[in-house]
Amino acid sequence: MELQRTPEVIDLEIPARAEVVSVARLVIGAIVAADPAFDDDRAADVRLAISEACTNAIQAQISSNHLTTPVTMRCSSHEGTVTVEVIDHAGGFDPESLEPHPEVTDPARLDHERGLGIPLLRMLSDEVSFNRTADGTSVVMHFMARPGSTEPR
Amino acid sequence: MDLRIDVGQQGSWTVLGVGGEIDVATAPRLRDQMIAALSEGKHNLVVNLEAVDFIDSTGLGVLISGLKRVKTHGGEFRLVSAEQRLLKIFEITGLDAVFNIHPSVDEATAQPPSPGI
Repeated sequence: MELQRTPEVIDLEIPARAEVVSVARLVIGAIVAADPAFDDDRAADVRLAISEACTNAIQAQISSNHLTTPVTMRCSSHEGTVTVEVIDHAGGFDPESLEPHPEVTDPARLDHERGLGIPLLRMLSDEVSFNRTADGTSVVMHFMARPGSTEPR
Repeated sequence: MDLRIDVGQQGSWTVLGVGGEIDVATAPRLRDQMIAALSEGKHNLVVNLEAVDFIDSTGLGVLISGLKRVKTHGGEFRLVSAEQRLLKIFEITGLDAVFNIHPSVDEATAQPPSPGI
């Protein structure tokens, strides 16, 4: 009898400290590495996107003084798709309210050191949604293994 | 994860060799090192990213701030990376059009600084 595989969920509670973002990257890196459909390049995309999402969540909690509440990273991997939800408790924010930056060729672009994280998230994930929760924000990202990268490493 | 930074001199260029991961936890150290170099009158900086395993938007932001500070001082700012994964991040953010990126330190420092560029 063939064993039916179902998505397994891994929850990681992350203290709201900048030093822990690297731990989140290690964990998601290990989860993605377990799926042979993801090649190294796509795995690097996922690690970067998760780093951005966790950085945003942790910084939001620090700036809203929610220092002792952990951020949750909820991961699942199933048939070539990795889904990650990063949940903070920082009161919520509206990503649409972000002011667009000047074009990169505009010298005024140099006045904007921050704000690259959300655009990177959007570019690296196949689907992303920002959801208000009772006390913060949940960012749900889906990553698919790229076509042509399905050969096991 | 750690960030290693060493500072050297190659001709008119001050070369900051960076290794490890540049993220929200470590990027402030790179920013401080660039500010320290500028405060010592070293206005032409090469940041060598060859040994960098990972950079995210916080790291990119610190490099943008470095470029801005160097320009304010009339110096020149160059990056070194030949790593495709890093270069891809510069490309998708459009920052490859903002930074002067060279494949090696030798190539980055081959030409003397051109103040104001």
